[in-house]
Amino acid sequence: MISTYTAALLADIGILGLGALSVYVILSTGQLSLGNAAFMGIGAYASSVLTVSYGLPITLALVLAAVLTGLIGVVVGFPALRLKGIYLAMATLGFGEMVRSFFLNLPYTGGSAGFHGMTHVSVGYIWAWTAGLVLLVFLLESSRFWLKLRAVHDDEAAASLLGLDVTALKVGAFGVGAAIAAVAGGLFAHHHVYIEPGNFGFERSIELVIAVILGGSTVAPGALVGAAIVVLLPEHLRFLSQWRLAAFGTLLIVVLLTRRQGLLDRPLLRWLTPWARA
Amino acid sequence: MTGQPLLEVDRVSRRFGGVTALNDVSLTVPEGRIVGVIGPNGAGKTTVFNVITGAYPPSAGTVRFAGRPLVKLPSHRIARAGIARTFQNLRLFPSMTVLEHLIVAQQKAGALSSLLPVRLGDRKSLQTAEEVLAFFGLEEHRNRLASELPYGLQRKVEMARALSMRPRLLLLDEPVAGMTHEETAEVAALLRRLTATGVALLLIEHDMTFVMGLCEHLYVLDFGQLIAQGTPEEVRNNPAVLDAYLGAEA
Repeated sequence: MISTYTAALLADIGILGLGALSVYVILSTGQLSLGNAAFMGIGAYASSVLTVSYGLPITLALVLAAVLTGLIGVVVGFPALRLKGIYLAMATLGFGEMVRSFFLNLPYTGGSAGFHGMTHVSVGYIWAWTAGLVLLVFLLESSRFWLKLRAVHDDEAAASLLGLDVTALKVGAFGVGAAIAAVAGGLFAHHHVYIEPGNFGFERSIELVIAVILGGSTVAPGALVGAAIVVLLPEHLRFLSQWRLAAFGTLLIVVLLTRRQGLLDRPLLRWLTPWARA
Repeated sequence: MTGQPLLEVDRVSRRFGGVTALNDVSLTVPEGRIVGVIGPNGAGKTTVFNVITGAYPPSAGTVRFAGRPLVKLPSHRIARAGIARTFQNLRLFPSMTVLEHLIVAQQKAGALSSLLPVRLGDRKSLQTAEEVLAFFGLEEHRNRLASELPYGLQRKVEMARALSMRPRLLLLDEPVAGMTHEETAEVAALLRRLTATGVALLLIEHDMTFVMGLCEHLYVLDFGQLIAQGTPEEVRNNPAVLDAYLGAEA
């Protein structure tokens, strides 16, 4: 058996990895979302209410929460179409804070006191979701459909002149990203068995983006690599005590300067998966 | 000209604020033919392409393709109707290899197979891409990033990408700009072989030898006005053209 400590770290990596994957999917169309913690929050609260108040099984609750959050993601995706780069980042940040204060003021889910009563889920259950979804996106990445997302990312005008519906692809990516974030949030809620609005604030959104940037922002498994770094590195830098966050920040800057696409990129992934080569 | 009109631009004007970029311009491209648009810089040639492909609507006039009106359709619907284009300033996808450019452009290939890994469940797209690669002689560059290729090859990749859409009409904006003499001759031969497959071409070009040798019909624009049209021979001997355009070079 693995120790409680190891299990907790693995669970954190799995949940953060899924959250990072949700950022990655949206980023694949060239849209940077700084509000994905809000989608996690919606998924966390929705799935928790479904299991605690309505007695639904966890898997069904997660699927329903993902569908609901995905629809909200589509709604958010439409105004996002009019914004690019830093403006979109600021708008999604605003959306995130809006959702956080919504839950803070919602008596039904406990407001600032938080919500509890969920049944704990195992590390294995978390990783079944994480591995399944990362694998799914990883396989999708070698499809013609994913090339369309990359075309939108690279040059929207050229993509539309190839007959690609840029609006549908960008809004769809927001919806799917939001749905994945909702699963991450639901797993978070049922792993910690207690949630409060503060769990899904701005810092969480930034953590998801950092995982994607460090791990690799051009391939799906990069989200997992990044999540592992973000969770494990501070643990292994404990000897630096209060300097460890500074060291972590330094690493982030070094990666951005020397390897902007993150640790894992397309050439490295091709080298690591020789069976997938042509 | 003979043949059914595939593209009909009918009395199109386009104004930008107080500037009239196109004034009452009409032109047609028959099925499977090569038609050229020439004129000095700033004559409005690229504006014609932008109006046809829906980058912006005309201020007046209509555009019909295969009998259907195109005006006010979004760009991707116009592209799906069968019109592809290349750009004067190349617009390749920086993250993609040559082969990926040709696969992503296949809008008409199956929707279900588009979700499967290309090498496993979408072999038809891969095969089409291979055929286009061979047609343009790009096989040896298939797995290189298109943006890292020499300029002349990048122009070919753009044409190959447009052709992968299986269009009925291909708009080429200065297809041989910046190419060497040999490359230009090669492209001319490629385009002739292309029309043999039934694709119609509408091209903008400054290289007069290239245009005169390739096009069956020419339109001459100057300051947004159509000043002449006809066969290369007729246009070459038209005094208005000599005055406005060729005369300046002679």
